[in-house]
Amino acid sequence: MKLQKNTSLALYSVLEFAREPERHIAAAEIADKYDISAHHLAKVLAELARSGILASVRGAGGGYRFIGNAKRLTLMDIVQMFEDYGNGDAGTPPATPVQAGLGLVLSEIDENAKATFRSITLATMLRLIERQQGTAPGG
Amino acid sequence: MKRAAVSPNPPRKRSARAPRDARSAAAPIEVRAVRRGDLDSVIDLDATVTGLEKRKYWLSVYRRYGSAANDGQQFLVALYDGRVAGFIIGEVRDWEFGSAPCGWVFAIDVDPRVREAGVGTLLLAAIAERFKRIGVRKLRTIVARENTLILSFFRSQGMMAGPLVALETDLEP
Repeated sequence: MKLQKNTSLALYSVLEFAREPERHIAAAEIADKYDISAHHLAKVLAELARSGILASVRGAGGGYRFIGNAKRLTLMDIVQMFEDYGNGDAGTPPATPVQAGLGLVLSEIDENAKATFRSITLATMLRLIERQQGTAPGG
Repeated sequence: MKRAAVSPNPPRKRSARAPRDARSAAAPIEVRAVRRGDLDSVIDLDATVTGLEKRKYWLSVYRRYGSAANDGQQFLVALYDGRVAGFIIGEVRDWEFGSAPCGWVFAIDVDPRVREAGVGTLLLAAIAERFKRIGVRKLRTIVARENTLILSFFRSQGMMAGPLVALETDLEP
């Protein structure tokens, strides 16, 4: 499973916001942290705000803040906003047995990836990040 | 028999007295070894969650794991407000699947009415503690990919995908 660039940006952003739900964070701060285009990120954040995961805060010191439910939102909820999981390859049957065989294997990988995304809430993810910080060199 | 038997199905049965709302008032939760008198509640709880009553199966599970004589085999229940609100079953298996001795959780159920009260967390911690006492340092389980509820629970407890992959095939008649 290869994630679209927007999906990765959305996951980085949501987790950064969810780590400090009380803080307003400017888009530029996240763009700098991940070395990504602020313009590109702005579109992703606007989409997250439209979905009720972030709230935009206007004025000086504005930006966005997390307003979702970290115990309920899963990684899949975020991924699905930016990936097309609708029909898969249902409309294009494999032309050869080789394609059909490879399709089965790729589908197996996809199903496992989806189950993983579905089973990890933002709250679980934040705990995982904390544990990683605790075990990282100098963490 | 290594499986985590929880399904997200809605409750099918109700006992006469519903436990207090788990999210509004905390009741003390006790985890202890199963007793014969708990078995009907366990069977009812499993039937509520899975939609299938399996009395014969549960009697055989009780005979095998309910004796509490072997530290490597655990069948624990959680009492919430004095009533059985969940159970967990697991056992230590040695050198299977090319693996050093490790504890397997093959069934866990929590009454849907007391979810989010920490019952599952206490059950898992209790079985882990008992396995640790006999030197086990790894806990494993297998969960159906579609069972998001229980998969999310184990994830929330810090469990990650292990080095084993479950495989299957159809056996032609």
